[in-house]
Amino acid sequence: MDIFIIQFLNSVFYASILFLIAAGLSLIYGVMQIVNMAHGSFYALGAYVTAWAIGTAAAGAPVALLFVLLPVGAVAVAAVGAIVEPMLLRPLYNRPEEYQLLITFGLLLILEDVMHFAFGGVPLTAGAIMDATGTFPVSSLRYPVYNLIVIVIGVIAAIGLWAFIYRTKFGVILRATSQNRRMASALGLNVKQVYVLAFAMGCFMAGLGGAIVVPSQAAQLGIGVDALILAFVVVVIGGLGSLEGALVGALLVSFVRTAGIQFFPEIELAVLYLIAAVVLLIRPTGLFGKA
Amino acid sequence: MAERVAKVFSKPLPRLMAWMGPIVFALLLVPALAGPYQTQLFTYGLIFAIAALGFNLLLGYTGLLSFGHSAYFGLGAYSAAFMVRYLGVGSMEMFIVGGVLLTAAVSALFGYICVRHTRIFFAILALALSQVLWTVAYKFFWVTGGTDGIRVAFAKMTLLAGTVNFTGAGAYEKFVGYYYYYVLVLFVFCTVLMWVIVHSPFGKALQAIRDNETRAQFVGVQVKRYRWFAFLISGTFTGLAGVLWVPLNGLVTPDILYWPFSGEIVFMAVLGGFRNFTGPIVGAVVFNYLKAYAVASTQYWQFMLGFVLVVLVLVLPTGIVGAGSKLMEKIRGKDKAGAEEVAR
Amino acid sequence: MTLLRTVNLKKYFGDTRAVDGVNFTVAKGEFLSLVGSNGAGKTSLVNLISAYLIPDEGQIILDEVDITRSTVNDRVRAGISRSFQLVNLFDDLSTFDNVALAIFSRQEKTRNPMTLADNDTEVTEEALGLLRQFGLNRHRDVQARGLAQGERKLLDVAVAYALRPKLLFLDEPTSGVSTRDKLTIMDTISHVVRGGNVTAVVIEHDMDVVFKYSDRIVAMHEGKIFADGTPEEIRRNKEVATTLIGAAFTD
Repeated sequence: MDIFIIQFLNSVFYASILFLIAAGLSLIYGVMQIVNMAHGSFYALGAYVTAWAIGTAAAGAPVALLFVLLPVGAVAVAAVGAIVEPMLLRPLYNRPEEYQLLITFGLLLILEDVMHFAFGGVPLTAGAIMDATGTFPVSSLRYPVYNLIVIVIGVIAAIGLWAFIYRTKFGVILRATSQNRRMASALGLNVKQVYVLAFAMGCFMAGLGGAIVVPSQAAQLGIGVDALILAFVVVVIGGLGSLEGALVGALLVSFVRTAGIQFFPEIELAVLYLIAAVVLLIRPTGLFGKA
Repeated sequence: MAERVAKVFSKPLPRLMAWMGPIVFALLLVPALAGPYQTQLFTYGLIFAIAALGFNLLLGYTGLLSFGHSAYFGLGAYSAAFMVRYLGVGSMEMFIVGGVLLTAAVSALFGYICVRHTRIFFAILALALSQVLWTVAYKFFWVTGGTDGIRVAFAKMTLLAGTVNFTGAGAYEKFVGYYYYYVLVLFVFCTVLMWVIVHSPFGKALQAIRDNETRAQFVGVQVKRYRWFAFLISGTFTGLAGVLWVPLNGLVTPDILYWPFSGEIVFMAVLGGFRNFTGPIVGAVVFNYLKAYAVASTQYWQFMLGFVLVVLVLVLPTGIVGAGSKLMEKIRGKDKAGAEEVAR
Repeated sequence: MTLLRTVNLKKYFGDTRAVDGVNFTVAKGEFLSLVGSNGAGKTSLVNLISAYLIPDEGQIILDEVDITRSTVNDRVRAGISRSFQLVNLFDDLSTFDNVALAIFSRQEKTRNPMTLADNDTEVTEEALGLLRQFGLNRHRDVQARGLAQGERKLLDVAVAYALRPKLLFLDEPTSGVSTRDKLTIMDTISHVVRGGNVTAVVIEHDMDVVFKYSDRIVAMHEGKIFADGTPEEIRRNKEVATTLIGAAFTD
């Protein structure tokens, strides 16, 4: 019974991370109609930067400081995104979509090696935060408090993002631009600005996912593409461009993955793809997707 | 007489033969002029050219970008390796038959899943499916040899239904020489075959689908079905390349199924120019040399690849061949203008 | 003889009744114009008949066969062909290839990957003939995207016509074209289509064009047909004039 509670908590924990990544991917696609192949690499970059920042600061530093450093990865990634968008994506707005896929794929390759170069081949962790926050009892076992914090962050992020998109003025602008770029431009909206901000926001979320996962799981080479594939499965199931879809998809994928690792460790990925394939057969645009 | 010759050469197939002729002749001379290392390197180039040619049927002609073609290459390679390890087979022809059948079957299945979706989901699904194969190859190590892989030794292989083997003194040089010609013949065959396919009514239908999926439907072309068939052909060509690759490499590991290799295939087509028939061939050969020399000089090979890809997309989207033909047009344009000058 | 009829055809987009109980008939060999103000439902009706949209209610019957549930491909094979309001061509293919493809598809030759398209003299000659009829012959090797707007419109029609349909729908074939070219284009279309004995339904806004070329005019408003008759009858119909133009027609 305890095992189930632990696994349940693990699933929700992991779903929080997946939601952040997938929502960022969906946001970028929803507003700009671009599939960001480098999205997983932004997640990895967020993880690396945060792990490095905390690792550098760790020795004897107060827990509060460590927490403040957590979002550093996310901010750094958002900054990179804000630079990348005008440089690489803006020139391609009017070109066929293959070129956007190709250039973000090139960005993926570049980022992977940049991280290799900057941080080396050794995994980095920010375990200090995990240790500092301790554990709490779940009947006869103990569970990290930090994981609960992540779940809370995930919930706040989901609510915050929903409020931002549906309740703020900029959210309206975002939605207008995503519906019809030319129209929005004709109405005087600065489309270029909107796009940069949307892209930076999407990257921020991916980076945040990496930043908050890193006390629990190490940042190492290869996590970017793994995350990308999972994020893809999430948006395929939930629907590209949909916030609810990212949430539902993240929960579904996370639970299936946890169950899979527990019961069919060899093929848990295959089970996920199977589910994605089945969803696609029934609803080709995903559960909540727009065409 | 001149008119009759002109008429024959205005037909597409003889014209193809005409410009392929000198190139093939030059290719025939390679082992004589280059040492074993260079010959082997060039053989890799031809093999990747077959893979890129197959890949580009989907990208250049059908408008579908697949980031998962390593799956078919790897399947071809592993099928040969499995035949060596589990069936004790050494005949190259058997490898080819087995590899082609297996990759055709898997392409048919994966294609069915992928082509039902929009071009963006297509790219994602193709990548995801290839990752499944990689995971399987990696995890089921008792079957696939895991990261150690499976060895395929040329000493145990035969070509041409067992008539040519590679044992005894000078076996390596013999293998490199013979194998080059073997691959060359298949390369020419594949090139001509693909050329016919893209110039056929089917090929025109694919291009129509690429240009305007809706209109293609309203003209009576069943889009999903045609995409699926293109996927099948594409995967099989790439699978054949995989089969040819493994005896030369001597070893197959899960790396060949991992996504960066898919990226390299994409890169080859973009480098050469994916809107031209010969683009992928040129791109594959050039890339092969770039990689051989670059990998030797830096461990940040992926960065270089990514960087060049970004530059290509921004600055040279039509690739080497595309840029080359534009240049030719400009030169011809100048010639024409010059001739007009003189005429005045 | 009725070639096509719709029975109480309905299509809603939320609260909007795009097509609201339409009983539309087309007789064999007619050249029919479908007119109405913007949003009247003309394009939606054509979209329903060509399977671009699925009706919410009602039936579509071609040659006394119910085709309501059939797919786009079924309808193309049954003999329904259409052009589009916003030009829809294979932009990177040549003008010749655009038309040739439709012919290959019609003859079910597109399944064949092992013959050379250019070697098919039968198709080549038919395609060239069609291009000549539509006045596009000298552009045969030009990429479709490189044609002028009027030529693109003609090519759009030519591709639809190349399917040798029983029933050809043309959605605003002269829109976006200068007034001088409108009549030229419509002349060509009318000549070819009537010459080929093809039944045609043309959506058109320019009433001069409509009166000059149609055998019959059907007027729609807010999803319903409200007038149906010969050009003379429609000309005399004050209601049509007011709805479409806001004033009576002047002769």
